[in-house]
Amino acid sequence: MTNLNLAVATSLNVTTATQSQTSSAKIVARNLNFYYDGYHALKNINMEIPEKRVTAIIGPSGCGKSTLLRIFNRIYSIYPKLEAKGEVLLEGENILDARYPLNRLRSKVGMVFQKPVPFPMSIYDNIAYGIKHYEKLSRADMDVRVEQALVQAAIWDEVKDKLKGSALGLSGGQQQRLCIARAIALRPEVILFDEPTSALDPIATVKIEQLVEELKKDFTIAIVTHNMQQAARCSDYTAFMYLGELIEFGETETMFTRPSNSQTEAYITGRFG
Amino acid sequence: MTDPHIGQEHISKSYDAELARLIEEILRMGKIAADQLASASEAVEERNSELAARVVERDGTLDAIEHDVSHDVLRLLALRQPIARDLREVLAALRIAADIERIGDYAANVAKRGIALNQAAPVPSAAALPRLAQVAGEMLEDVLTAYRNRDSAAAHEVWERDEQLDTLYTALFRELLTYMMEDPRNITPCAHLLFMAKNIERIGDHATNIAENVYFLVHGETLVEARRKGDLTSAMTKP
Repeated sequence: MTNLNLAVATSLNVTTATQSQTSSAKIVARNLNFYYDGYHALKNINMEIPEKRVTAIIGPSGCGKSTLLRIFNRIYSIYPKLEAKGEVLLEGENILDARYPLNRLRSKVGMVFQKPVPFPMSIYDNIAYGIKHYEKLSRADMDVRVEQALVQAAIWDEVKDKLKGSALGLSGGQQQRLCIARAIALRPEVILFDEPTSALDPIATVKIEQLVEELKKDFTIAIVTHNMQQAARCSDYTAFMYLGELIEFGETETMFTRPSNSQTEAYITGRFG
Repeated sequence: MTDPHIGQEHISKSYDAELARLIEEILRMGKIAADQLASASEAVEERNSELAARVVERDGTLDAIEHDVSHDVLRLLALRQPIARDLREVLAALRIAADIERIGDYAANVAKRGIALNQAAPVPSAAALPRLAQVAGEMLEDVLTAYRNRDSAAAHEVWERDEQLDTLYTALFRELLTYMMEDPRNITPCAHLLFMAKNIERIGDHATNIAENVYFLVHGETLVEARRKGDLTSAMTKP
């Protein structure tokens, strides 16, 4: 078990956290570099994503935050000419190693995107579809799993009477929660959110944020957001990235009251970006 | 690490203007409070009841500006949702405004008692009061300069100077007690002087509060060092 606060303070010269909410690191990036066809997009990232906590990754457009998130479930590997160097350890195992099975990784690390992308099928099948790839369940067991996922994603009450109806008929906010349910249904350990509310209205946004808060009891969460207040509201830790570098990492409360780096301060207070 | 993108100003110019206005209001309040204290002290020293009356009358100005500050702070919090240094700026402004408003009240009270004091024959120890007011006035002016310059070292220096004011106050307290014991006819004017001295000593406490807020504004943490208390009169029985 790593004492995260200590580790972060030592590696980044960040003020030690006042409230010691220690948590072990679920994901550890070590000397991580990433290249888009030769372009150096991530520069020597060293960072720990604490277990069962919400970590927000913020920074101006092009800083590498989405790239970093996408490395955590190796989604980049579907594109040619992309290359990651260094290590990303998930519970001690390097997921960048080609020998780490992609199927296993995707079942452990789920992802929710900016725009909800429900499959053009029924609400029920949207959830069941992914599960069938990994497990053979009886009809009754599948029903239970689908219900559990929808309950946990706080959308069950809204869809329980129309499970056979098309998922495309749901509102944007509902579709996003359906996508979260779909990710949860595979019983992952980590959920990555890439700007999950940027296409949603304020009420749907609050519902997703509330959901994130509930989900951290069971999952490790990393969330990329452009919305500074969202990072402040729903994360425990915040990472600030700029020009491909991790500039500051610390407890969210500290980052938003007295960040130790002047670039972080200038960015979060709206002085550049 | 230097970066061309990083300036001191917000991208939103009106946000900068609103924060600047807040700081201006605080400095204006501070200037008025310092003037009030100096005038109150002068009124006592010269037994000038007219000047004292003007001080009492002007106290409303400070209350009005403090009201404006509260309004501006509320607006900034609601509409700008300030964070980090901006948030500290807004919080510090709200607290400092309250301190200055209290300083104004104390100065007005000194002036008011000065008018009452002028109804009786002069007491010798009244001469010690302007010295007390001078020290408190310097603390106030210096802490306002520290606020303007974001100078936490200067603020800390003011904070430490409060002990000196407490010592002066304690000495005056002893002196007044002696006069009262000597001649009961001194009790009324000396009781007024005691309150006036206590008011000025409290002004010093508020100046140290402001110093603490300047420190917080700059560093994002409070002055942890325990306050050294020089005021021993609360435990005193005989001179």
